[in-house]
Amino acid sequence: MRRLGLLVIAVAIFAGHSAGQSITVAAAADLNFALSELAQEFQAASGTKVTLSFGASGNLFSQIQAGAPFDIFFSADEEYPRKLAASGALDAASVRTYAVGHLVLWVPTAAPFNPKQLKMDSLMQSSVTRIALANPQHAPYGRAALAALEHYGLKDIVSGKLVFGESVSQAAQFVHSGNAQAGLIALSLARSPAMVSAGKYWEVPQEAYPELRQAVGIVSRSTNKKAAQAFLDFVLSVEAAATLQKYGLTPPVQP
Amino acid sequence: MILQALALTLRLAVVVALILIVIALPLGYWLAMSRSRWKFLVESVVALPIVLPPTVLGFYVLTAIGPLSPIGRWYHVLTGGSLAFTFRGLVIGSVLYSLPFAVQPIAAAFSSVDRTLLQASATLGASSWRSFWKIILPLGIPGVFTGLVLSFAHTLGEFGVVLMIGGNIPGATQTASILIYDQVQALNYAVANQTAFLLLVSCFVLLAVLFGLRRHTKWSLWEWQ
Repeated sequence: MRRLGLLVIAVAIFAGHSAGQSITVAAAADLNFALSELAQEFQAASGTKVTLSFGASGNLFSQIQAGAPFDIFFSADEEYPRKLAASGALDAASVRTYAVGHLVLWVPTAAPFNPKQLKMDSLMQSSVTRIALANPQHAPYGRAALAALEHYGLKDIVSGKLVFGESVSQAAQFVHSGNAQAGLIALSLARSPAMVSAGKYWEVPQEAYPELRQAVGIVSRSTNKKAAQAFLDFVLSVEAAATLQKYGLTPPVQP
Repeated sequence: MILQALALTLRLAVVVALILIVIALPLGYWLAMSRSRWKFLVESVVALPIVLPPTVLGFYVLTAIGPLSPIGRWYHVLTGGSLAFTFRGLVIGSVLYSLPFAVQPIAAAFSSVDRTLLQASATLGASSWRSFWKIILPLGIPGVFTGLVLSFAHTLGEFGVVLMIGGNIPGATQTASILIYDQVQALNYAVANQTAFLLLVSCFVLLAVLFGLRRHTKWSLWEWQ
């Protein structure tokens, strides 16, 4: 029985290995559709298996700091990769800004108003009782949404209506499912087929919130840096830029 | 994607249930037989995961196996890897989380074994080790079975702890319940729906088999309560 116990523990500990060229990517929630498409193209072209794990940038940041087994980290801001590079968790030399994200005000098709006309005043409509945004504590898009509310002087007026998703994609889900009547979400999600067919949006002007410059870096502990670098190079390539652009992720102007 | 998550969930539940049986047999025996005045403290610790929010357990496990803790450092020195956000980390978290579901039915079954049988076996010269294998375990086997099934089923449906210490990595830590959550966020309701339905069906089949078995045997899933 004792031997059986040891065997069970040994099986438990050593199970769960898989072989083959593959990388695990931690990616900001706003990349849910764009990066899935790019990963598929890369996989077909290179044969490297790309496993994607999406989440709020801040959560992925803490996970990587705690030693999560990722190879690359695509953040929705520049701050998290910079901090990780400073602490040695990311290869500082690999950190690049790959895209600029944009914020939109999204409402379901059934909304009795057009957000393109009402713009930010959409949020003041009586039919809007819940406004979804990402949690500003760990999601860059949540911070951008709060900044935009502040810019238009709406923060205190609508504060009772705000509901926070764990990530920007959960905020999108809240409003897509109709449980919130308006959402401040990523343009990259609003351009996804599921969102396009279910609603309409207005792009919040850039001056209303700090630019969402998004950076990427290779995880220092990665055991597959070559494949990770290859994927990173692919995402930074001209052809990938077209896919990113399709989802409203514009190329960054290098400072 | 769905099959991968379901296979991972099953593997986790099997591994956790087996480890828990190994832990719960001696622990359950001690809880059933001990006359220690501090027994109530051990009982309280064992029952804690029932009342604790998964976030509390998840947070502590994450801290305990993280690179800054002694356990995390020791593990890193030993293997060069980390426990957080790996399948092994999930196993540790799930074992703690499902512990009472294995220990309590086993302890209850063991303590309901007629003490006069044990006294008789002792007067006949049997060691307590021998009495355990020949009397307590055979008579308490329904409780062991219940503990095995409950810890398996409880691990199948686990969400909070896995979310906190797993990190949603497909193929490594993305269990079925996490996949559902992930796919709902990705507005991929079809996949979420299929996974949820498969999980619903498999849980129903599991329970139906159990309750069906009960009709033919004396033991039940709930008798320990």
